[in-house]
Amino acid sequence: MTFATMVSQLAQGLLVSIEIFLLTLVGSLPLGLLVAFGRMSKFRPLRLVVQVYISIMRGTPLVLQLMVVYFGPAMLFGWSIPRFSAVILGMILNYAAYFAEIYRGGIESMPVGQYEAAEVLGYTKSQTFLKIILPQVFKRILPSVTNEVITLVKDTSLAYVVSVMEMFTLAKKIASSQTTLMPFVIAGVFYYIFNLVVAVIMERMERRLSYYR
Amino acid sequence: MNILEMNQIKKAFGDNQVLKGISLSVEKGEVVAIIGPSGSGKSTLLRCATFLETIDSGEIAYMGQKAAVTGQNGHAEYVSSAEMRKIRGYFGLVFQNFNLFPHYSVLKNVIDAPVSVQKRSRQESVEEARALLAKMGLSDKEESYPYQLSGGQQQRVSIVRALAMHPEILFFDEPTSALDPELTGEVLKVIRSLAEEHMTMVIVTHEMSFARAVADRVIFMDGGVIVEEGRPDDVMLNPQNERTASFLSRFTE
Repeated sequence: MTFATMVSQLAQGLLVSIEIFLLTLVGSLPLGLLVAFGRMSKFRPLRLVVQVYISIMRGTPLVLQLMVVYFGPAMLFGWSIPRFSAVILGMILNYAAYFAEIYRGGIESMPVGQYEAAEVLGYTKSQTFLKIILPQVFKRILPSVTNEVITLVKDTSLAYVVSVMEMFTLAKKIASSQTTLMPFVIAGVFYYIFNLVVAVIMERMERRLSYYR
Repeated sequence: MNILEMNQIKKAFGDNQVLKGISLSVEKGEVVAIIGPSGSGKSTLLRCATFLETIDSGEIAYMGQKAAVTGQNGHAEYVSSAEMRKIRGYFGLVFQNFNLFPHYSVLKNVIDAPVSVQKRSRQESVEEARALLAKMGLSDKEESYPYQLSGGQQQRVSIVRALAMHPEILFFDEPTSALDPELTGEVLKVIRSLAEEHMTMVIVTHEMSFARAVADRVIFMDGGVIVEEGRPDDVMLNPQNERTASFLSRFTE
């Protein structure tokens, strides 16, 4: 296999990696906010359930979670889930837990004076949250979110465990069939470039929000 | 009819009885200054009046409309949230540390609540905001963000923000305590000009000479009760109560 063929095959895999990356973000960013609300709920049973969920998601390896989502239903009920969907579901569940804790930290760091000013001015609870609190929380948590998003780029490679044909799985396959480590080098370069792009985008967002302190 | 009527207000935080049955009524156009040592309950009284704290017992009414009443069981009950929302429109509050919205420009800080809470037209709100900002010497600041302003300017913006809601009564919770000494003057000047326009105001303050100059009535609080109240010159120059005298003497030393 020529170097060029390797690169083009891995580039195909990169597209799948990007797909996993985007779908995970689209699912986990909003779900994380819901989870954060559950984690801060006044209703104790809900709070406890969410706490256990977050603790499991953060306390066990993501690679294991992906295996559970894919093999678990098959073993227990004989349901087979498509590999790709299992990866997306597993990743969303995991990342939502991390994002939830980031949101919660951001929301709880807001000075109580912002709520009080809004209350005295007559804003409803949802107006207060959407207009006053959330935009400021978003700015505060952006650096932590950037960290997670960059980790996510690399975590897409864990889809190899259920053999979804993303870049890392392909690299492994080519490496063993061609007995060369070159695919891993190329994949590494691709991951690095991917993250470079992500970092630039996130930095732009931070700069766009720097009009106030 | 009194704008504000507070009767036998009691409020405790745990075992600490902060307000021990305070009554306060404010007439239209009246300027009331509340003075007293820290921990006397004066800020808590203001926070109860503005519903930021809930009272344990007593009564609160604005413009003759009851907001909280105490029934047979001795516990205060507040009216429905729809009625509370209406009553909230009667007052404004200026905080010690401004609490402007940092992500909004000065103009947006002022017009957002009139537009999105009171559903007034944006154009009318902008025009009024500009007039108020001009009056406060802030015309060139409408595009600025709070962090770009001095403390005195931020506090003047927060006064404009409160005025833009057309309150019947305006509360000030130590409006100059978070300011550098050289900036207090510009804020006090603004409050004084509001007093001259007969804006109804209740001001919790440590600025004794200001209280004396601007208030129609001075209330001295200590230990959760009103110890003495009356015309500024009477209370401040000729206090009848020993606690008032000893508190005031600390300011003249």
